[in-house]
Amino acid sequence: MISRRRFFQTTATGALAALGARSLFAETPADPHEGAGVLVDLTRCIGCRACENACLVRAGFDPLPAATIGYGAGEGKLSFRTRTFIDFRDGGTEPKQPVKRQCMHCLEPACVSVCPVGALEKTKSGPVVYRENICIGCRYCILACPFNVPKYEWDNALMPRVGKCDFCADRQAKGQSPACVAACPTGTLKFGKRAELLQEARERMDAQPDRYRYVYGKDVVGGTSWIYLADRAPEELGFPQGLPKEPLPSLTWRAISRVPFVVIAVGLILAVVVRWRTRNVTEQA
Amino acid sequence: MNEINWILAAFRIIGVLVMMSAAVFACWLLSGRQSPKRTSEVFGWLFLIVLWALGGYALTSRYALGLGAVTHLSDQFPWGIWKGLVICGIAFAAGGFLTACMVYIFRIRTFYPILRPVVLTAYLGYILSATGSLLVDLGRYHQIWRPIFYWQDQSVLFEISWCIILYSCVLTVEFAPILLDKLGWNRVSRVIHAITVPFVICGVILSTLHQSSLGSLFLIVPNKLLPLWYTPLLPILFFLSALISGFAMAIFVSALSFWIFRHPLEPRVLTSLAKGMTPVLLVYLFLRVADLTARNAWVYVFRYPLQGTTFTAEMLLLTLPLFVLLKTRWSGRRRWAFAAAIPVIAGVILNRLNVAWIGLLPAMHSNYFPSWIEITVVLNLVSYGVVIFGIAARYLPLFEHPDIGGHSHASTTGEHEKAIVQLEARHV
Repeated sequence: MISRRRFFQTTATGALAALGARSLFAETPADPHEGAGVLVDLTRCIGCRACENACLVRAGFDPLPAATIGYGAGEGKLSFRTRTFIDFRDGGTEPKQPVKRQCMHCLEPACVSVCPVGALEKTKSGPVVYRENICIGCRYCILACPFNVPKYEWDNALMPRVGKCDFCADRQAKGQSPACVAACPTGTLKFGKRAELLQEARERMDAQPDRYRYVYGKDVVGGTSWIYLADRAPEELGFPQGLPKEPLPSLTWRAISRVPFVVIAVGLILAVVVRWRTRNVTEQA
Repeated sequence: MNEINWILAAFRIIGVLVMMSAAVFACWLLSGRQSPKRTSEVFGWLFLIVLWALGGYALTSRYALGLGAVTHLSDQFPWGIWKGLVICGIAFAAGGFLTACMVYIFRIRTFYPILRPVVLTAYLGYILSATGSLLVDLGRYHQIWRPIFYWQDQSVLFEISWCIILYSCVLTVEFAPILLDKLGWNRVSRVIHAITVPFVICGVILSTLHQSSLGSLFLIVPNKLLPLWYTPLLPILFFLSALISGFAMAIFVSALSFWIFRHPLEPRVLTSLAKGMTPVLLVYLFLRVADLTARNAWVYVFRYPLQGTTFTAEMLLLTLPLFVLLKTRWSGRRRWAFAAAIPVIAGVILNRLNVAWIGLLPAMHSNYFPSWIEITVVLNLVSYGVVIFGIAARYLPLFEHPDIGGHSHASTTGEHEKAIVQLEARHV
């Protein structure tokens, strides 16, 4: 966050160091645009749900029953277990366009910024990961996510967890592509460096302007690691409306960054009042 | 499976019995260590016993079965009225820092007599509605200590947790004299006395921070909170309305407690508080109206019937008292000052519920309404506060003037001297 870095550069005094020690000494994060991403070419998706099945298997849950593979019934929404699914939205007169849903892995994620204990983290390589042993269960991430991705293990009484796509961070660390990408039979999903995928999206749009008319994820809420290419507008594909281009954490940061000033200003005013009132009372005596 | 049901039943029965005996004990203390005499007292006892028995059932169910089984929370609507209680309760504890500031920093004599009851209200507000409610609401309530060691300085919730922890320490220092007077520990009392003013300053700073931060919590959901409430001004509006509710709670608590426990209260106290509240309320309402107009958000009043209604109710509750407050002939009477405080309190509660609940419903495609267990737990937590306050009022020197500083002796009023004489007499 540039505003944040500049803020600390200009106000890096001893008093502030005590207040914001961690921000001051934290190493500069790598440029998120360099991280991994996935290009979702919706025009190629046939809605087979192989990605959904692969995700369940990789996360250690029961696979989809064979009968539900392809168009058909299923949970039909994200849940603690279902971290990705194919959303068969009714496109009106147009044929139905299946849309894969999962965590978008924002470049500056709201969930990471709101977590009071840092249980969520945007890793340098791209994935937004959840560390369940740190979580306190406040569920602020679920409220804050602009795409309504994190889900909760509501029926666990003692150690409920947040469930969300982690971009197969463990597979990525081993040099493999995410399970859903590996399972996709049509080439809808392409795994790679985000910057290169954006470049490719641009090239595809230039080459076939009739087929590719919209790209989503390039700059919504500051950009996401997952990028969608489609022949219709994002609103028709069920993406949330009214999201700003600026990263959501900067909305909060504008308020939080004023904390040191409030501390100093209120403290000074009160100290002056105390002196003034003490003298007054003494003189009266 | 059967065994689990038996264990659950046993757990619930134990919970209900424990809570019922606690209720009987509390009632016994409240009635002056006697069994109930009058009919109204009998009904009071019964009401509390039933409420706490239900609370025992509700709490054991929550801890045995988890959030999903007992609440109407869901992936679609993850924050319910338990979080609402945290947000409301902290707003109402604002009376504490406000009164402490007026007494210890500005040395306004008028407010000396109400310092202790109002600080106790704030203390209970923080312990019960903030910490207590979080202990029920957090999915991993046993990890509540974590923000102390796991820092995440971009999070508003992290800042609020720290402010709550530190401010609870401040409130302990502010509350301690009441207990120390009772125990007669003069040496400890003197130490506390010496550090009070710096602690009060810290308390005001912390309160300014987290009262506004409760509003900042919702800055991250621009696409979910209805424009009737979502504005970049949220932190400022939350701070101002906390000040307003602080004044209103100070009026409410001091009037009620002095009337119920039959202590004389100078008429000036309530009317001065009302006078302090008026300009803040005016600034707040001006900001709200200007902000709604600038963002062209008024149209949403008609677009969403439920939200339009609660918004209108909130604005009316906050505007109507002005008719009383701005007319000196009325606001100069303490009955009217008291009457003006009640709609203000209701208005601020409604504002918090609108921001944290009702205003979020349309965009989150939810029709969340709390389950009976959620409501019972809220009523229970509030009733714990009321009961502890009542017991403290009966057994602790809650209505005596605090001794503010070395110089204040010089210009004491007759009443104050009497209080000090009483105090010294007890210590002898």
